[in-house]
Amino acid sequence: MANGAQSLAILQDIGLAVMPGDAVAIVGASGSGKSTLLGLLAGLDVPTAGSVELAGQDLFSLDEDGRAALRARLLGFVFQSFQLLPALNALENVMLPVELSGASDAAGAAAAMLDRVGLGERLHHYPKTLSGGEQQRVALARAFVMKPQLLLADEPTGNLDAATGAGVIDLLFELNAERGTTLVLVTHDDELARRCARVIRLAGGRTV
Amino acid sequence: MTRLALTMLWRDWRAGELRVLAIALVVAVASVSSVGFFADRLHQALTREAHQLLGGDVVLVADHPWQQARRDEIAGRGLRQTESMSFTSMARTGNEAQMVAVKAVAGGYPLRGKLRIAPAAGAADAVTDALPAAGEVWIDERMAGVFALSVGDRLELGNSIFKVGAILTLEPDRGASFFNFAPRLLMRIDDVAATGLVQTGSRVWYHLLVAGERADAAAFEQWVTSRLGRGETLQSLTHARPEIRGTLDRASQFVSLAALLAVILAAVAIALGTQYYIKRHLDGYAVMRCLGASQPKLMSLLLREFALLGVFASLLGAAGGYAGQAVIVWMIDELIKVPLPQPTLLPALQGCAVGIVLLLGFALPPLLQLKNVPALRVLRRDLGPPRQSALFAYAAGLAAVAGLVVWQAGELRLGLIVFGGFCGAFALFGAVAWCALRMLGRATGASGLTWRFGLANLGRRAGANTVQVLALAIGLTTLLLLSFTRGDLLATWQAKIPPDAPNRFIVNIQPEQRALVAEFFAANGLPQPEIYPMVRGRYVALNGKPVNSDEFAERARRMVEREFNLSYMRELPPHNQLTAGRAFADGDAARGALSVEEGIARTLGWKLGDVLTWQVGGENFSAEIVNLRKLDWDSMRVNFFVTATPGLLEKAATSYITSFHLSTGQSALTQQLSRRLPNVTVVDMSALLKQVQYLVGQVVRAVQFIFLFAVGAGVLVLYAALLATRDERVREAAVMRALGASRRQVLASQRAEFAVLGLLAGLLAAAGATAIGLLIAHKVFQFPYQINHWVWLAGPLLGLACLGFNLRAAARAVLNTPPLTALRDV
Repeated sequence: MANGAQSLAILQDIGLAVMPGDAVAIVGASGSGKSTLLGLLAGLDVPTAGSVELAGQDLFSLDEDGRAALRARLLGFVFQSFQLLPALNALENVMLPVELSGASDAAGAAAAMLDRVGLGERLHHYPKTLSGGEQQRVALARAFVMKPQLLLADEPTGNLDAATGAGVIDLLFELNAERGTTLVLVTHDDELARRCARVIRLAGGRTV
Repeated sequence: MTRLALTMLWRDWRAGELRVLAIALVVAVASVSSVGFFADRLHQALTREAHQLLGGDVVLVADHPWQQARRDEIAGRGLRQTESMSFTSMARTGNEAQMVAVKAVAGGYPLRGKLRIAPAAGAADAVTDALPAAGEVWIDERMAGVFALSVGDRLELGNSIFKVGAILTLEPDRGASFFNFAPRLLMRIDDVAATGLVQTGSRVWYHLLVAGERADAAAFEQWVTSRLGRGETLQSLTHARPEIRGTLDRASQFVSLAALLAVILAAVAIALGTQYYIKRHLDGYAVMRCLGASQPKLMSLLLREFALLGVFASLLGAAGGYAGQAVIVWMIDELIKVPLPQPTLLPALQGCAVGIVLLLGFALPPLLQLKNVPALRVLRRDLGPPRQSALFAYAAGLAAVAGLVVWQAGELRLGLIVFGGFCGAFALFGAVAWCALRMLGRATGASGLTWRFGLANLGRRAGANTVQVLALAIGLTTLLLLSFTRGDLLATWQAKIPPDAPNRFIVNIQPEQRALVAEFFAANGLPQPEIYPMVRGRYVALNGKPVNSDEFAERARRMVEREFNLSYMRELPPHNQLTAGRAFADGDAARGALSVEEGIARTLGWKLGDVLTWQVGGENFSAEIVNLRKLDWDSMRVNFFVTATPGLLEKAATSYITSFHLSTGQSALTQQLSRRLPNVTVVDMSALLKQVQYLVGQVVRAVQFIFLFAVGAGVLVLYAALLATRDERVREAAVMRALGASRRQVLASQRAEFAVLGLLAGLLAAAGATAIGLLIAHKVFQFPYQINHWVWLAGPLLGLACLGFNLRAAARAVLNTPPLTALRDV
């Protein structure tokens, strides 16, 4: 990545192929480039050089709206800071991607999904009134409600205590297995990484 | 998609994130439309009030009886009508005979305004709906004085004997022809025939008074204008006396000015409310982009959401505006006394248009920034939309407000002055505030942790704080304008019709009576009046080319057709102000020169250097215009449109005219003067003045109420400005408290910051209000304005008070949010 006059290589010489149904963990210390790699995989960021193909489609040959359309079709996201919209209740947060896609019965799909993550009784609670673990379950419901082929998770347990985090991760892997979703997970938690079939370790922007 | 937009609108509303924006919009539309509704009704009422001076909405005057066809046309249009005749005649009592102006009226007179009568000369008068009974006349006070008549006495008029039924103190339509004044008498039109006074060759004016719905009256006026025959004229509001029109025009400007302030402040509140909305939605938009919503889709949703908001808020605002004007009307019902007509629907549409324009100008440009929020923000919180210069973002909004201001002012000049004043104040306030905050921020020598922290905050957030100082300074400028400056301006304006303004005109003074008049004044301890010669003349040629009245527009044509009152003097009176050319010089005595009033020069197309030819007593004379003058019609002094050097006119048949002030207790002097000089007419202006001043008083009160909307918008600006920085303050306080600061320390540092902001804003507001007051006084109303030094105390005090209120609101949010919650929200 070039930044003004100074060129700073954040990621270099990374070659990575993820097959359908794979579960891949990207691990590394802070600043090792994990999140940047995830951003590139999602087409949220654009590299100075290199390419990412998603389901056979070169991400960076598309414009931002093209990549957004691809994300809508194929990707689900889980973030460290949950990224629930504070103005919307749990149900509405999960409905949002369905509504944006224009599909019908957003409420029904969202309610079913929330029920699946164990929050069937808390549909109308706002993020503020939910615990961290519950918020991340809502985020999981939001990620899976569109039946994505690939789930990208950025430190999904980073803001949770160990016990809660473990619960959320169990749920994540259950849903993943149920739906045959491909999983790419960024974490610095080795234990979590070990639950994935493949572990890619980053240091100084390179795979080691 | 509109359904989704509606859903999002509902969710945003529920979350409270649109509240400031929506309320600002509602207030803007409500204030604009209530001002519009009220101004609409007031203008209709004022127009009608002014029509009271005519006795009807449209008055037709002819030197012959009106044809039945005209009456049928009026009746056919559903308008009300009545008629009157006026003529002069000799009236007699046992030992007195005197020329009087007789007005004979039919049932229903007057259609606009009321007659006022008193049971005796000098007694308190009251409104009446009655007319003189058959065989009865009502006489004015002068006539009572001249004839020493009381109610119940008898009076001979032609072949009839009448009983005096009352003392007439006010006829609404007297003002229209007050220079022809003789003592006046009102009688029934059915009694005229028996007097035998109206014979072939009698000089009688026949009036048809017409009134009705505004549109109908206007339509009739238009219809009849093109059908007037020889000797027929039309009087309407536009043809009323210039001083009354001047007063009305200025009243309109005041009302419009009040409306402008609310619009401008609402624009600021909307801009701030939008900033708040954007700040709250950066994450949401990044998440939605991440969830795969394309830019066009998000923008389309956003635009629909705000369009829906605009529609709802505008409708609500218009409804609120209607309610608001009803409240105003209810509040000053006692003062208005005349029933206000229902408003037209136009102000509601105008209000909604204003709402949409404000939304497009002040909410849309910054909202469009949301589309530039990178989706990557979900992973990296520091990423926001690319910063846009405020000037660029609001260029469209500023242009829109400039347009609104000019539109509301109804006049380009006033609108541009007000808008320019605010823009100048924005730029200047912003620059001064920014510099001051930066400097204060560096003043690290301040003692005490809390002060140091508070002051450091000023500099660290110079940008955000500048916006707050700006908003507060503008709000306070309005408050100061409303309280001090407005009061000063109105006082100065009202002082233009000073309490000792002349209230009596003496006309028809013969040359040999001048000394007697001077003697009479001296004997009664009155100051010597300026006595001006007056000669009647007809305007016949311009630069040698004969004048054809058909070439002029309506108003000018009437001026050309009638005889002018010309005067002559060596030097112009001091209350006449030269605006072009030179004063009369010695060289002019031989050749002759003219001085004309600039307004009539414009109307009749006269320029400096033109040679005008006048016909006086069958002889013509020509002279060049050597200067243009401006007259102060509010002064109620003797004013002449055309003044000549003495050589041109002093040989013509001249009468003299003067004006003077007589206080209430001295009205007997009028009667004495009438007895001493029976041929002289003393015109009592005090009743007319009373009517004009009453009108002015009503308008002032209406303006005060309308200003309340600007204050409301100002308060909203303050609240919006506070909201804009609240999140930041909450986070800061959380950090401080997490680091071990006590509640008191947190409060104190906030207090230090707010105190400086308040003082700064107050000082800026005082400067702004003073500057705007000076500008308005000099450029628009053209009178000297005395700077009020109290604003320099009131401004900072108000600033502190307002931010004290803000401080409490901020402190509540800051202290009631647990530090952990606040930090987790980061």
